[in-house]
Amino acid sequence: MTAHLVFDEPDKRNRLDAMAQEVVGRPIDRSEGALKVSGRAVYAAEQATSLWSEKRAECLYGVFVRATVPLGRVASLASGEARAVPGVLEVLQDPRLVRHPAQGMARKSPPQDLSEVTYFGQPLALVVAESFEAAREAARLVRVEYETSAEAELDPAQAPSELPEKKQSAQGDLEAALREAAVSLDASYSTPSMAAAAMEPHAALAWWEGDRVTLCGAYQMVSQNAEELADALGIAPGKVRVLSPFIGGGFGSKLGIAPEAVAAAVAARTLGRPVMVTLARQQEFEIAHRRSETGQRVRLALDADGRLTGIGHEARVSNLAGESFSEPVQQATHFTYRGENRQIRHEVARVNLTCAGSVRAPGEAVGVTIFEMALDELAEKAGLDPLELRLRNIPEEDPETDKPFTSHMLAEALRDGADRFGWSDRRAPGERRQGEWLLGMGMASAVRVNMLHKARVRVTLTGEGARVESSMTDIGTGTYTILTQIVAEMLGLAPDRVRTILGDTDLPEGSGSGGSIGAASNGSAAFLACEEIRRQIAAQMGCPEEELTLKDGRATCGNRTRDLAELVTEPLSAEGHFEPGKALKGVRSSTWGAHFAEVAVNEITGEVRVRRMLGVFAAGRILNEKTARSQCLGGMTFGIGMALMEEMVHDRRFGQVVSRDLANYHIPAHADVPALEVHFLEERDSYGGTLQAKGIGELGICGSGAAVINAIHNACGVRVRDLPATPDKVLEGLCALGR
Amino acid sequence: MKDFAYLRASSCDEATTEALEPATRFLGGGTNLLDLMKLGIETPARLLDVNRLDLGVIEELDGGLRIGATVRNSDLAADPRVRRSYPVLSRALLAGASGQLRNMATTAGNLLQRTRCPYFYDTDMACNKRTPGAGCSAIGGFTRYHAILGASDACIATHPSDMAVAMAALEAVVEIEAPGGARRHVHLADFHRLPGDTPHIETCLEPGDLITAVILPAPAGERQIYRKIRDRASYAFALVSVAAVVRMEEGRIATARLAFGGLAHKPWRDAEVEACLEGEPPSDDLFDRAADRLLQRAWGQGENDFKIPLTRRILTAALREATGGMA
Ligand SMILES: Cc1cc2nc3c(=O)[nH]c(=O)nc-3n(C[C@H](O)[C@H](O)[C@H](O)COP(=O)(O)OP(=O)(O)OC[C@H]3O[C@@H](n4cnc5c(N)ncnc54)[C@H](O)[C@@H]3O)c2cc1C
Ligand code: SF4
Repeated sequence: MTAHLVFDEPDKRNRLDAMAQEVVGRPIDRSEGALKVSGRAVYAAEQATSLWSEKRAECLYGVFVRATVPLGRVASLASGEARAVPGVLEVLQDPRLVRHPAQGMARKSPPQDLSEVTYFGQPLALVVAESFEAAREAARLVRVEYETSAEAELDPAQAPSELPEKKQSAQGDLEAALREAAVSLDASYSTPSMAAAAMEPHAALAWWEGDRVTLCGAYQMVSQNAEELADALGIAPGKVRVLSPFIGGGFGSKLGIAPEAVAAAVAARTLGRPVMVTLARQQEFEIAHRRSETGQRVRLALDADGRLTGIGHEARVSNLAGESFSEPVQQATHFTYRGENRQIRHEVARVNLTCAGSVRAPGEAVGVTIFEMALDELAEKAGLDPLELRLRNIPEEDPETDKPFTSHMLAEALRDGADRFGWSDRRAPGERRQGEWLLGMGMASAVRVNMLHKARVRVTLTGEGARVESSMTDIGTGTYTILTQIVAEMLGLAPDRVRTILGDTDLPEGSGSGGSIGAASNGSAAFLACEEIRRQIAAQMGCPEEELTLKDGRATCGNRTRDLAELVTEPLSAEGHFEPGKALKGVRSSTWGAHFAEVAVNEITGEVRVRRMLGVFAAGRILNEKTARSQCLGGMTFGIGMALMEEMVHDRRFGQVVSRDLANYHIPAHADVPALEVHFLEERDSYGGTLQAKGIGELGICGSGAAVINAIHNACGVRVRDLPATPDKVLEGLCALGR
Repeated sequence: MKDFAYLRASSCDEATTEALEPATRFLGGGTNLLDLMKLGIETPARLLDVNRLDLGVIEELDGGLRIGATVRNSDLAADPRVRRSYPVLSRALLAGASGQLRNMATTAGNLLQRTRCPYFYDTDMACNKRTPGAGCSAIGGFTRYHAILGASDACIATHPSDMAVAMAALEAVVEIEAPGGARRHVHLADFHRLPGDTPHIETCLEPGDLITAVILPAPAGERQIYRKIRDRASYAFALVSVAAVVRMEEGRIATARLAFGGLAHKPWRDAEVEACLEGEPPSDDLFDRAADRLLQRAWGQGENDFKIPLTRRILTAALREATGGMA
């Protein structure tokens, strides 16, 4: 039985609020938490060792041979020395192998000629051996000669660029607005390339049974990935099964099918044995999608009342030639603040660097951050409190399309945050000091577009409890837990009586994890399935579904109560099928929030330490306060990294990634992250599917870095416009101020 | 990884003799060596584990301390005698790496850890340290972490240790046993070498030499300071670090021993700088002159130029603190 809903109308019923179990929203522990902390959750790279015994003995290991030029053609590839390493079986060059991962939701994987080198570090061939160590050693011994006819483009600022027509927009006359403005700003900023740097590296194990291939890997969107893998292999999608039950962080880097998956499948076919391909940390930095560096220019015009009359936001990003993805820097600029005269310019440089793709909150992560830094500068010039500047410029409706907002919680988040944080204690730069440390406060708005995606989830109720099944993944975000909670709520069960099974393409097709779509989309599908099961129970009880109360394993209708255990003799099963429809067409849907940070800047060394941070967020119904909070903490931590340390460096002469391990690519260590405070605003957004919920996975990173950078200025008067604000840059500013 | 044999030495004598065999390496905590082996940068045929040797104790010696070569960094940092009499060493150790690494890392291994130059770490990049004569691909590349003092056209790498910087300021002595059993002592300041034309030769160790201990002379009531500037609050190598061990007498600087990390191919000490401070009453002027001397031959690569003003500032701050917080 399928319960299908095309989401054409907002759902104002708030049905979850009327349910009796009262588990949705509660901060319950992750349902798979114990498995993870006790090492029983098997991650992709561990799959080989947990294979059943005869398969384990058979398993082979593959390691990529790496391109050592950024552009050229492979003239020869000599594998003699590599093949002589004991245990090496094959040096595989196959037209089906791919150079770089597919973009998220591609659902296809067109051939990529491996002998054509487009970036340094690109896979050229796969060495397959009896052990990982032998394969890795042999991969280094493959001798490659290249032919080069053109110069590689290694400098995103200088490389030839394109102006994709769809990504440009303008209304009114920005130049005139700037001329007439009481206060204006024209400032340029930059952010470096960044890596997702998920804890778990990419890994894939493949084996074939007849013409069917099974792939255990670390992927965010397994149903799409199965189609992509089938396309790469040239087989029917039905012949591919992808399993990703546990994923050690994705942040976008595991959205599309990646070289290791295709290589594992091809090698397993060729050699007739299971093959495991793992990326070493260094390759992780070279091959997984990077977040593009950005050059941004922000122009703002403000009238005498502190109202924005003009907004200009230019961005220059980069990617490999032919890639349609370009970091959507200005995604939120279109609608966050008022102003009649607006201009967006979006330029894509074509470079020979690691392929750029989605990394947590593509667009807003860097776009909102820079825009919010610019607003801080404007507020200073105008002599306005930065908080006040934002409050005066919240639009009534989308300023470009006039569409209404499904909800607009920015003002509330800003005010609530300012109160909680003690924003009124903020002083002028240089006024607060503790020894060598100057203290300051900064703030920024948080905005992230909200999306829904089609999703299917099957729920089966037996006398014992319920089973929830979908190909949806849990990349560490809490999906197992929230689906469990939704079903427990709808069917009146304790959460420990609901078992959720995810990450298997043999199950109904979930949305996958990415773009913060997971909770609301799959949650809505699970809700629909439960509604159907409730109807079946209600029919047995002889009452309308709306009058049915399910709680603690008992069904109540009027004055009759029965145990589900005796009522449900045959399993009741339904598949919920949620599809976004017309509801979201005429509206602007977004999540909102406000960031506040207090930092200390060392006056002597330029070092910055974040002292405290607060994020106030509104994202519709919060399904689990604990896992939602963790998402926000993670996002805010990314913001600290972006503001202060994260920088993926490519050598500008040779094109290789220089910072290619976690000692050189700095992400915040525990000591960099103070106690972070997260607060949610109570909200129901009727456009947030049947749950009135929106995505929360990316909001925390949108703007948090700006709060830190703005706080640096408030502490010591230094503006850093090129992220990250490492000690040398702050020091330069301090010296310039004569400190 | 290249296949290798694993052996366990049962005596220093056996260790030094066995180590004369080609392509043999001692194994301490393995936190550096094993990483380098996985990346194909070090390719020993034999690993000789020295952890079972009787070199794991800290003992008192002539009013000072003798620290066994296999004493773990965590144990050394936590030793009450070290914390009391050599706080600069304790602080330097705790400012390095992470808790897990320090639990494994040994005293000798820490001294001998190799540079973190990213080009050294990439076997597809030319590096004189890995392959003498191949060229240095760091020069002209990403040099944020590279040397500003004592570098050469052949190599601009820095030595990454924090511990060694503190030990240099404490005038520590490295105890070395050669094959045949002879023991000799080398001042820590003379233990590491500048790169010159031979950046692959990093210390004064000869084939087969085993570090058996590091000896700290008796403390003389100095003020000890360790400051490390880095790109994040923990788990990052120094951009610049300074160890200052200063004794005041009647308002004047009696002795000043200063060592710097992050600036050179070795923990950097400069006798002239120390001499210019000694006998003088502390003042910002004096500290400025000391910094002038220290940095007179400093030479940046562009991206690391900031280390020059940063060193000046951190030197002044450390000296102010060490000489009594005045200026
Ligand atoms: C991510 C990361 C971050 C780090 N951050 C820092 C930091 O901030 N500051 C810092 O100072 N360090 C840092 N370290 C380095 C760490 O301190 C060193 O790895 C460690 O001290 C090496 O000690 P070990 O005993 O493990 O050496 P090993 O790896 O065992 O050996 C290193 C070398 O010493 C030789 N050796 C070992 N024992 C002897 C002996 N008795 N006689 C002669 N030769 C011997 C070995 O043959 C080898 O060549 C970091 C390391 C990592 C991985
Ligand atoms: S600086 Fe030294 S270690 Fe680095 S590449 Fe040059 S020679 Fe090698």
